[in-house]
Amino acid sequence: MDKSIEIDQKDIKPSLKILSMHPLKFAMWLFIVSIVMMFAALTSAYIVRQAEGDWLIYELPTVFLINTFILLSSSVTMHIAYAAARKDNFKTLKVAMVLTSALAIAFLVGQYYAWGALVDIEVYFVGNPAGSFLYVISGLHAFHLITGVIFIFIMLFSAFKYKVHSKNMVKMEMCTTYWHFLDGLWVYLYIFLLLNH
Amino acid sequence: MSTTTELNIGHDVHHDEHHDHKQSFISKYIFSTDHKMIAKQYLVTGIFWGIIGVLMSVLFRVQLGFPGANLEWLRPVLGGWLTEAGKIDPEFYLALVTMHGTIMVFFVLTAGLSGTFSNYLIPLQIGARDMASGFMNMLSYWFFFISSIVMLSSIFIESGPAAGGWTVYPPLSALPQAIQGSQLGMTLWLVAMVFFIVSILLGGINYITTVINLRTEGMTFTRLPLTIWSFFLTAVIGLLSFPVLFAAALLLVFDRSFGTSFYLSDIYIGGEALPNMGGSPILYQHLFWFLGHPEVYIVLLPALGITSEIIATNSRKPIFGYRAMIGSMLGITVLSFVVWAHHMFVSGLNPFLGSVFMFLTLIIAVPSAVKVFNYITTLWKGNIIFTPATLFSIGLVSFFISGGLTGIFLGNSVIDIQLHDTYFVVAHFHLVMGSLSIFGLLAGIYHWFPKMFGRMMDAKLGHIHFWMTFIGVYLIFFPMHYIGIAGFPRRYYSWTNFDAFSGYTDLNMFVSIAAFVTVAAQFIFLFNFFYSMYRGKKAPQNPWNSNTLEWTAPIEPGHGNWVGEIPKVYRWPYDYSKPGAKDDFIPQHVPLSTTPESNLPHEQELAKQEQLNTSAHAKTTES
Ligand code: HEM
Ligand SMILES: [Cu+2]
Repeated sequence: MDKSIEIDQKDIKPSLKILSMHPLKFAMWLFIVSIVMMFAALTSAYIVRQAEGDWLIYELPTVFLINTFILLSSSVTMHIAYAAARKDNFKTLKVAMVLTSALAIAFLVGQYYAWGALVDIEVYFVGNPAGSFLYVISGLHAFHLITGVIFIFIMLFSAFKYKVHSKNMVKMEMCTTYWHFLDGLWVYLYIFLLLNH
Repeated sequence: MSTTTELNIGHDVHHDEHHDHKQSFISKYIFSTDHKMIAKQYLVTGIFWGIIGVLMSVLFRVQLGFPGANLEWLRPVLGGWLTEAGKIDPEFYLALVTMHGTIMVFFVLTAGLSGTFSNYLIPLQIGARDMASGFMNMLSYWFFFISSIVMLSSIFIESGPAAGGWTVYPPLSALPQAIQGSQLGMTLWLVAMVFFIVSILLGGINYITTVINLRTEGMTFTRLPLTIWSFFLTAVIGLLSFPVLFAAALLLVFDRSFGTSFYLSDIYIGGEALPNMGGSPILYQHLFWFLGHPEVYIVLLPALGITSEIIATNSRKPIFGYRAMIGSMLGITVLSFVVWAHHMFVSGLNPFLGSVFMFLTLIIAVPSAVKVFNYITTLWKGNIIFTPATLFSIGLVSFFISGGLTGIFLGNSVIDIQLHDTYFVVAHFHLVMGSLSIFGLLAGIYHWFPKMFGRMMDAKLGHIHFWMTFIGVYLIFFPMHYIGIAGFPRRYYSWTNFDAFSGYTDLNMFVSIAAFVTVAAQFIFLFNFFYSMYRGKKAPQNPWNSNTLEWTAPIEPGHGNWVGEIPKVYRWPYDYSKPGAKDDFIPQHVPLSTTPESNLPHEQELAKQEQLNTSAHAKTTES
């Protein structure tokens, strides 16, 4: 007992007994806050600019809607993976994680097609800001989604090495939170664009 | 049970850290994850940038005070930036003021100030071994370093650094054909800022997490030193506002390099229309100032926190209105996000909206005034010990008053029509932001130097440095109010061609000379700083008889800060000159149960509680 306490002191331990959340998880939430602020800035810029007039009006391609459902289903598989990890159900964990990554990539490919569909209806990145905003917002979201996919790959890798299990859930929880957040963010962005295009 | 989970957590957090017994040079001085070393890295980088920024201001003060001066002898350094006649090139002048602003606001007073003191003091004052993630902390510094390199390199390129003002408003900054400074220099500026933002966010996330999660036992939020409160809120402001700057910069990048029209519309160059249609330069101003105004508080709050600590310690009195101080900082934090348009009163803003922002802006004066009153009442009838740090803190309070008052002028949307973009604004923010925060930085260095380097700085030199700087600052910036009221616009290379302004030649010459002397005085500080690092008097354990936890750590703390157990905290940090107490200070780690002679009635109760807890604790550890 004594020994373990001594080792522990070398560590950077959360000293308050009433610790509510793991520091890294907390940091992840703060990171999410900063992403929220960035998109809040872009969407308010969008509204402010739109209010000034001279705004190109177009239909959002339906591909976006399909993509939204793809991404939502990836949230479901992510949740299944998370629940499986908590129950040390490794087979389900791996399958669900693979599915999640596949759906994520499908979404990214879908977004690429959506951009193609935009070009088809002559909404370009360079041109009226109405279009440019759409590309920037969806592009920036895609960029963050790629970081999320990398995170999922890392977790998938650890899952295959049996490093994700009910006793070691911090990273898995972070990954799940991040992924749900990115999904939620897209749903917000999609509804926003739907209402304000 | 609870102990085992805690052990696990401790282990997880520690995951990325190295278990260092013998550290190599690289892991100790370069890629260090020790918050104290990172703080010193920030400090030295900040000082480096401070020197560059100050030297730039000397150059443009030469132009402003002595417009015809021949600088031929500087040609080896400035080269093509001098005209044929040996004067400063007009575009170079613009580049100088731009870089001076950028460097001072972001690299010195944001990274240099927060980076140094948040890193150094947060773990030491809340009783933690290190930051929540030492690795992220290290990344934060190195992103700042990369940003510094990029920004620095922009000074040496052919077309020169960015020249559109530190606010880099488009269309000027978006069109490479507009001025040389909008070419490669502007691109590098944007790249540097992106790295800078990443660095600030990494640092800020760490500070917030550390303050919330890693406080030692007994360190409740109402026992936190005000320094920590200010660093904490600064990080919160940064976390909320820098992503917005990122968005603004991103759109500017697209406008500059990819031909989009977020900020550009209806522009003719040489009679020919640019293809960009439908953009709005005002949009940029909104986005920029949504960061820009909170940014001035990012610069301000740490300085105020440092002052609170130093003034309470050195007037040997509890800080007056501790909770009011926290409350006003919270108020400032919230309000700082809803006043940005006071920088845009004359941008064609709807006058009604202008009144709303005017109202909100003037409300900020309330928490600011509360803080000023609390500083003065803390000093009032104290046994003030005039260390250099005390002097700089008192000077800081004086700037807060003199610069804050002019803020109230500027906050009136009608008066601002006359004053906007004149030297009045320059005077305002150099007092309240520039000088105030630099004084906070200097006060902090004088005060915590013994902890950082285990040696004392020379107090006599410190006094000389203070008086020269303090008087110098007023001599430089006070006259600018008059020049500004007379309508003299800022960012002009030369005014002698205008009859209306040529009457101010003498005043400007005076200001320039005052500036040169003040700059010279900073070399006293530099000498003192580097000399004392190696040759200063050895520091005692607690040189200022201070209450906060950092003075309980070894004089030169190693990685992990405390050798044995982390001290627990039993009281707030401002028990100075408590009636009945033996000494005139009772450090935070002294239990109430050991000081019955000075306890207040409600503290007697707590003391009993304490004793019960410790005996219960002793039993569990035995078993
Ligand atoms: C009493 C509180 C304050 C009020 C009412 C106030 C008001 C204003 C207003 C209205 C302006 C815009 C002037 C113009 O461009 O026409 C301004 C500029 C500025 N203020 Fe303040 N201010 C206050 C305190 C502060 C503080 C505490 C800081 C910094 C720590 C600060 C830093 C600045 C800066 C940097 C600018 C100029 C930015 C630029 O145009 O380059 N102000 N202030
Ligand atoms: Cu402001």
